[in-house]
Formats: sequence, structure tokens, C-alpha cells
Amino acid sequence: MAKITLDNVAHSYIAKPKNETDYALRLIDNIWKDGGAYALLGPSGCGKTTLLNIISGLLTPSKGRVLFDGKDVTGLPPEKRNIAQVFQFPVLYDTMSVYNNLAFPLKNRGFNKADIEKRVLEVAQILDLTDSLKKKAAKLTADAKQKISLGRGLVRSDVAAILFDEPLTVIDPHLKWQLRCKLKQVHEQLKLTLLYVTHDQVEALTFADQVIVMYEGEIVQIGTPQELFENPSHKFVGYFIGSPGMNFLPCTIEGNQAMVGDIAIKLNDEAAALGSSAKGKIELGIRPLYLQIHNTQVKESVPAIVKSIEDHGNYKIVTVSLGENNILRARLPEGKHCPSEKAWLRFSENWIRLFSDDILLKK
Amino acid sequence: MSISIENISLIVGDEVYLKDISLKFESGSKNIFLGRTLAGKTSLLRILAGLDRPSSGKIFVDGKDVTGVSVRKRNISMVYQQFINYPSFTVYDNIASPLKVAGMEKRMIENKVREAAAMLHLEDMLDRMPAELSGGQQQRCAIARALVKDTNLLLLDEPLVNLDYKLREELQIDLQDIFKQRDAIVVYTSTEPSEALKLGGNIVILDEGRVLQTGITSEVFHKPARIKVAEVFSDPPINLINCHIEGSLFHLGQDVTFPLTGHLKSLISGDYIVGARSNHLHLTPQNETDIVIEAVLDLAEINGSETFFHVNYAGTKLVAQELGVYSKKIGSKILFYLDPANLFVFSKTGELILSPVNTSD
Repeated sequence: MAKITLDNVAHSYIAKPKNETDYALRLIDNIWKDGGAYALLGPSGCGKTTLLNIISGLLTPSKGRVLFDGKDVTGLPPEKRNIAQVFQFPVLYDTMSVYNNLAFPLKNRGFNKADIEKRVLEVAQILDLTDSLKKKAAKLTADAKQKISLGRGLVRSDVAAILFDEPLTVIDPHLKWQLRCKLKQVHEQLKLTLLYVTHDQVEALTFADQVIVMYEGEIVQIGTPQELFENPSHKFVGYFIGSPGMNFLPCTIEGNQAMVGDIAIKLNDEAAALGSSAKGKIELGIRPLYLQIHNTQVKESVPAIVKSIEDHGNYKIVTVSLGENNILRARLPEGKHCPSEKAWLRFSENWIRLFSDDILLKK
Repeated sequence: MSISIENISLIVGDEVYLKDISLKFESGSKNIFLGRTLAGKTSLLRILAGLDRPSSGKIFVDGKDVTGVSVRKRNISMVYQQFINYPSFTVYDNIASPLKVAGMEKRMIENKVREAAAMLHLEDMLDRMPAELSGGQQQRCAIARALVKDTNLLLLDEPLVNLDYKLREELQIDLQDIFKQRDAIVVYTSTEPSEALKLGGNIVILDEGRVLQTGITSEVFHKPARIKVAEVFSDPPINLINCHIEGSLFHLGQDVTFPLTGHLKSLISGDYIVGARSNHLHLTPQNETDIVIEAVLDLAEINGSETFFHVNYAGTKLVAQELGVYSKKIGSKILFYLDPANLFVFSKTGELILSPVNTSD
């Protein structure tokens, strides 16, 4: 397993890039710990696949260096980097048995038969594939095939890191849970360096210890799922994480109140202090989870109009309008009554975040 | 307009793709086919479109038999899972193509194309070629082409599955408005319970080529007729635990016993299977009557605001979903509190006997 260092890496697909916008990957300077579970999360076109390809060696960056455990691998092709990859669609030798698929990377490297068998059986055990070892790979379901792809990475004890590129896209929802659990268990057990690329926040957040959020060729935040949810450092992270994402309201700060038009929303002391000394365009951000909807006026509530209610089964998403033209979404727990038109909205004070020119205000 | 299909089966070789399906759809209705991969969703959609012929059974449009009538002769639009556009046409010409084929006047075409493009946020892309668009934009172009013509049957086969998560979320909202404005029969296939719930309308639960249940989407969610329906329509998976009733006592799993109360009162002695959705297992008691389950933690997943606990309860795997972020050690014992009022009760053969009283309405 290896520590991965990205030393001022940038990449452009244009031969002679002139300005910043010509770069698919602007500038990445990062160290990823040995044994960590990382997720690269972002919309399509954010540069996450470019970054993955630079790490695996499929792409040589225009600028900067890639180091595994301090050793420069920038110029090395994928096969010299000891990287295992799991792709969106399972890539297997269909006519071979599961056993031979798992054994293949070891046979290629000239391991002896006894060692191969020992290792394959160990990995099959971890992945619950023991009963399928004799089956032809072609006969298996998509999730079993993805387990074999993973297994082929795991059989090599010298593997530096395992890279996953949207591995669960073709898997049914109920099997996604099982496969993701398996991945987490494998990580707990073997402490491998794992890098997981996805546009799906649920996958990224549940899989990774550290999530790297990318946007327009740059890393906008690296943090634990909780940090990204509670303190998104950029408006984009607030919007991208959470379903629906964070609500934003343009506002001005007056004392310990945020004024949205002529509607006053109370701030706690910390937010008030941050807001009053901030410059630029100020916006208030709040997660749908921290907006409460009431039938009648309660303390520190503001009037709003209910636009629509969506029943998501375990909870409801209520769309409300506030003041002139602000639309907010609130998450209402199952079994809670929602007024049909006029409502009172309460902002949980400690969950209000302020942003100045898209950047989170913090101490 | 109404479409009804009667006793449709599709058998290829010795494999049964669809088995004896009868359904009816009315104008202006929104219908979701929910099922896992290979449930028969796409097969049924293709038969509705007239792209494939059923092995047996008939399709009627307003009472007239159209089984076997070519798709070209019927007023239908369809969106496929994989984006399909004309690669040598601009986005404008792609969207305009069904109208040109129909011989519409140029000015009308322009109005219609701009309207459809605006709905799908493609106004600035009209001059581009499909290859110059991102995957999401290409699929929006395909959807715009399907929507531009006033067809009376609009079929969408997992149209958002290849799109970015956030884009999917936004289009799910937009599509609801678009469907509302139309008088067509909309049929939409999905594997995702959350998507079905967001879209609402009517639902058809498919499994292994059979229809398991039909009804209003939220009602089917709250009253799944069989265990299989509850499984197909729950994400995270629904928790199923064996139980036994003797007299007025409920024995859950091995060690939990409680008196029959609320909706459970009418149950008679015997063996049952109870279902509990993951969000009804709590770390703290919510009511005095909550029962307590002690389970061993296999794995905890945190999604930022919630924690999913995967636990083992006397050999049964359960999932609990709790708001908030909790760190617990793998292998540790956790107590979960469950309100019996939230339990589904199924017979040993999987039929629904009782469902929780839905208090939200």
C-alpha cells in the first residue's frame, strides 16, 4: 500500500494551453495517506476522471509529479505502478472460471501454484465468492462480476492502491448496499489505499473517510462526510452534497439579524460577528433538514407560502416561498403534518451558515 | 385516450420475459414501472410502443385492437436509457426532426423547438452538434425531441440513469412539471424507489415478468401487498424478522416479547414475518411502548447527516437509519428502539396481513 503525493499537478488536453480555462485540471497539490479510503466526488466535467487517469498512469500530466511512497512514478505506465482498477462495467475474462479470473494477475507475475491457490482462496473467502469459484464468469450477475474485478486487485499483496471508477452504476439499488458494505469491510480488514470516483454523493459519503469534492478542475474541499455536510467551504459543496442541497438566500447583516428583503432571520453570536465584518455578496445557507415548518406562528418564525409537497416515503420535501422570490426546500419528518398554504418557517439558529462571494465565513 | 393491455405474455425460447399482464392507462396519467433489473420493465415498454410483438395477448387503444400495428403508424415518443441523437444534426434539428417528419410549418416548428429547449435548459446549445455536449446535455436533447411533439403516449425507459446525480435530481423536478402540462399517457421505468416516490402518479411493481401490485404510488409504498413488493420498494432494504404470536403476546426474533397493541390487536396465534423500514429503528426511545432490540454492529455508514447501521440481530441482518452522525465500533452491541405501531405484518408465505396506520394524512 502506498501514500500518494500529487505535487503541483495540472493537466490540459490542449497542446499549448494559454489560460486557466484551457486546463481540465487546474492545480492539485495534495497528499493522500497510506491506507485511507478516499472518494473523488463531482459532476461530469469536473476533472475527476482526468485526475484518476493521472494517478493510474493512463495519462501523463502536463505539469507536476505523482509520487507513490515518495518515489516519482509520473513517467511510469499503469502496469509498472502496481495499481488495480475496477471500472464502471465489469471487465472480466468471460470464458474463464471465477478461480482463474482471480488467479490471472498472479499467474502473469509467475507466482507458484500453491501460493496462487492460497491467495485466491483467501480473497474468495473475503468476498463471499468461495461457492462460485468453479463457475464461468459469464454466468454471474453484475454485482458478482464487480466483486471479481475487486478480487483481482486484492489478490496482489503488492498492490499500491485500488482505484474505482463509478463501480456501482450498473448495480441494482438493493445490491448496491451489499456491495458497498463489502467494500467497507474489506477496507477495515486490509487497510488498503482506496480511491473511489463517483458523481453519486451517497456512494462517496458512505464509502470514504475523506471526500475530495471537485468542481471545474479544482479541489474545492477535502473533508469527512460530516464536515462537508455541516460546514461546506464553498457554495458548490453546499449545493452538491445533500438531497436536496443547501438553501441559499441573499441577505444583508444588521446586528444579530440576517435581512432577506424586509424579513429578519435571527443569527447566533458567532454568525452575527462573522457576518458583520464580512465583505462582498453575503448569502445565508441552511440545509433543508434544519428548516422547521409550523401551522401557527412560533418564536422567531417567519411567514412563508407552501408551494408543493413531495412524499418521499420516509420523509417529505416541502417547497416554500419566502418574501419576493426566494424558494426554499425543507425536509419534514414522516408523520408530521404540513400546512397546505400559509406556513411559518423557523431556521435552526446553530445551523445557519453565512457565505461571502460563495465562500463559507468561518472563524 | 386509453390504452389497455390484456393477458400479455412474452416468451423467448424457454425463457418467460412477461407472464399474463393486464393493465389499463388513461390520458393524462403518469405511470411508473418499478422493478429490479430483468423484471420485464423494458420488455413491457417495447410492447406498449409496438416495437415488439407479444407472444400472446392484445393491446387496445380506445377499444381498438392495435396489437402488431407498427410503431410508425402510432403517435408515440420514447426516450431510451442510452442517449440517442442524430450525430450529424444540430441540437435544433435533432429536436425539430419529429415535427419536420410530420410536415409542420416552419414557424410553428421554431416555436415548438424553442419551447422544448427552454424546458430542458438547452436554449444556448441549439447550434451545437451532439458530440459537443456533455452526457447530461445529450440526454436532455433526446428528452426534448420526445417532448416536442404532442404524442398521446410518452414512454421513458430509465431516462436519467446515466446522468449525474445532481442533474438527475433537477430533472426529476422539471419532468414532474412537464408531465403535468401534458395530456399524454406517460410511462416511466425505474429501479429506484426514491425516484418512483418523487414522481408520484400510479405504480406498477414488476418482478420476474409478473405484475405484483398496482395502485397509487404512495399508497403502494405504505401498503405493499407482499414481502417482495416491500423489498422492491424500499431503499435501504426493509428489515424482515420472523415472529410468533401466542395469545395476546408477540414474540419477535428470539428474545423480545410484547403485548399486542394498536393495529396488531386483531392478530391470531401463529407464525408471521414482520417488516420494519430502516428509519423506524431508533437509537433512543421515542415512545413508552417502544420495544428494544439488541444487535451487533457489522458496519456503520455515514452520509453526512445520517448514519446507516448494518447490524446482526440473532442471525438476521438489519439496517437502521438514524438522523445524525454517530461513531460506534464494529462488533459493539447497540440497542434499537422500535415502535410496534410502525410494523408491517406478513404471513409466512409473504402476503401482507397488516400495515401501520398512516398518520401523515
